[in-house]
Amino acid sequence: MTRDELRQAVLGVLKDIAPEADLSRLAPDAPIRDQLDIDSIDFMRFLIGINEKLHVDVPEADYQKVASLNGMLQYLGDRLSA
Amino acid sequence: MPALGADMTAGRLIAWLKRPGETVTRGDIIAEVDTDKGVIEVEVFTSGVLEKTLVEPGAKVPVGTPLAVIREAGGTPAPAPTPVAVPTPEGRAPVSPAARRLAAELGVDPAAVRGSGPEGAVTLEDVRRASGKGVRGERMRQAVAAAVTRSKREIPHYYIGHTIDLGPVTTWLAEQNRDRPVARRLVHSAVLLKAVAVTLRDFPELNARWVEGRAAPIADINVGLAISLRDGGLVAPALHHADRLSVDELMSTTLDLVERARAGTLRSSELSDPTITVTILGERGVDTVYGVIYPPQVAIVGFGKVVQGAWVVDGGVVVRPLVRATLAADHRVSDGHRGALFLAGVADRLREPGRL
Amino acid sequence: MTTLSYREAVRSALRDALRADPRVFLMGEDVGRYGGAYAASKGLLEEFGPERVRDTPLSESTFVGAGIGAALGGMRPIVEVMTVNFSLLALDQIVNNAATLRHMSGGQFSIPLVIRMATGAGRQLAAQHSHSLEGWYAHIPGITVLAPATVADARGMLLAALRRPDPVVIFEHASLYPVEEEADEHAGPGDITQAVVRRSGADVTAVTYGGSLGKTLSAAEQLQASGISTEVIDLRSLRPLDVETVLASIKKTHRAVIVDEGWRTGSLAAEVSARIMEGAFYDLDAPVARLCSAEVPMPYAKHLEDAALPQPETIVDAVTALFGRRG
Repeated sequence: MTRDELRQAVLGVLKDIAPEADLSRLAPDAPIRDQLDIDSIDFMRFLIGINEKLHVDVPEADYQKVASLNGMLQYLGDRLSA
Repeated sequence: MPALGADMTAGRLIAWLKRPGETVTRGDIIAEVDTDKGVIEVEVFTSGVLEKTLVEPGAKVPVGTPLAVIREAGGTPAPAPTPVAVPTPEGRAPVSPAARRLAAELGVDPAAVRGSGPEGAVTLEDVRRASGKGVRGERMRQAVAAAVTRSKREIPHYYIGHTIDLGPVTTWLAEQNRDRPVARRLVHSAVLLKAVAVTLRDFPELNARWVEGRAAPIADINVGLAISLRDGGLVAPALHHADRLSVDELMSTTLDLVERARAGTLRSSELSDPTITVTILGERGVDTVYGVIYPPQVAIVGFGKVVQGAWVVDGGVVVRPLVRATLAADHRVSDGHRGALFLAGVADRLREPGRL
Repeated sequence: MTTLSYREAVRSALRDALRADPRVFLMGEDVGRYGGAYAASKGLLEEFGPERVRDTPLSESTFVGAGIGAALGGMRPIVEVMTVNFSLLALDQIVNNAATLRHMSGGQFSIPLVIRMATGAGRQLAAQHSHSLEGWYAHIPGITVLAPATVADARGMLLAALRRPDPVVIFEHASLYPVEEEADEHAGPGDITQAVVRRSGADVTAVTYGGSLGKTLSAAEQLQASGISTEVIDLRSLRPLDVETVLASIKKTHRAVIVDEGWRTGSLAAEVSARIMEGAFYDLDAPVARLCSAEVPMPYAKHLEDAALPQPETIVDAVTALFGRRG
């Protein structure tokens, strides 16, 4: 999967959680949760969606690594190529 | 193996006249079979593709033995497919005529809107949501406005707050979640909801309905969870029998309720049945929430943000995750003493989350 | 107001019409001595005699033709064709004579004929006795086609039809005869031109007629529990169609499903769908759905017949599919 396809996949799941948001304006290195007003339940739904779509289960210990969009993409890229 | 004579009990397959992968039409001869009466041709009665043969030439098998598998053309109609946004080859999802017209009026580009209609079509509601003017949100805002106005006018609220050490809960959650797949992981809210629900069993004056000048206690504990809708608006649908659900069940039910609250598919029973409301606003960064009771309920429990703070344990100061729990209750039905005991009871339960 | 069955409502209208106007008479197979195949004319022979309540031979073409002749001659006949299935034998009379004579005579002749027919499936009467051909009749200029779905309409529409100077064909779904509702058994002629909103709703418009009204209302109840608010419209008059009522509803709900017991291909539902597309295209948020009988000759076995006909569950499914991710 290319970086771009991965990005589209992640944004697709995010669109499910925050359908009204303009994701093109998402700052890639700032925490997603703050920018999109996502609480812990929605964050779980986001991770569940990532798992369903990409078959990557992000354990609790790694939540800090996936807080931003770039962080998530980097993390998923590493997991998927491992 | 067909019965090619009234007294035939078995037949020997001589040869296959069609091979796996070949299309067969009703009436085609598919095999030759040797019987007491000589070699007989076997025809098929269905059309389709011969998927595989089950009996080798030369084998003698009883009448009724399956000889081959034919995959029929057609078949049962597929159930309605779960709709997925299917972009057309140009990369655009279909847009309903009404949605296109509204999008033009509102200055929204329909191509940029995510569709929730059949086959991923962009609908009126999708356009409204994208423009920030959700119809459901407005209707709901009006309903909430009416309810809270009435609440503040009629219900004499009293407020109590209590700071709770969530150390045991946080530790327990980390242990639990370490070994759980993401779909079954738990969050703080589920534990808080369970603690509130179970404690309510001892405080019926907080789980009652105010009707015709008096409070009628309710046997069921249906905790309404305040959920904000993304286009503005608030619903607090019920987690039925929350005291009897396990923390796991509360978690999965909460996920489902949030999903359906956002999609607008809550059931009317979920909206009319809450016996008390819990609002967990801590995620938004505030440490304390003073709730407004939704009539005909008589209480609302609030939780603020979990913050690391100083806490005294055995005479020494430690850092613990702390949360500010509040109770707003109807003073006609309960008093501060009972309210305080309730919050203390919730705090007690949260000391042993494994027992919830 | 009293509790009245559909059958009793029809009978009360027949009785009052026979009493009020000596030109009115009832004619059909088994309407007299037997009291009607569906007991709609029970007791009328005894009350009005064999000149006013006439048993006919088993020949639809003959007695429908005779009805046309009687109407031409100044009478006000009510011809009962036992079911729409047998009316096929009288199609030439209805389509080529009753529907056309006013036109072909330059207005010199009028045929004030009322034809009543039982219609529909659901009682395991199998392929030849289960048709819903309202759509065929609604296709013919020169006749008015009505489908009373309620007890009140069973009486009111018949009385109103008798006042029309031109042929009126009334379809009584056979499953409706025993249905009881509160109605005024002395009410006069009712309206025969308008569709009526039987249940108000905001999310989707369900258009139906005749024997399917009950199932559609039942489906609307079930849909309410899923948060979908259904507006149910009873067409009542199938020719002419009151499209305005339907379009006004769709401007509000933006979605439509049509429930029609006829077969889908070339159905009345197809006509309504085309009218909706013509009149409310820019108000539609989803394609117009049609829920009709399966495209098979009506089966005899009960489970197959049930599966071939629209049912509340399949109506619920058809509506739910209009909402995509919702529901």
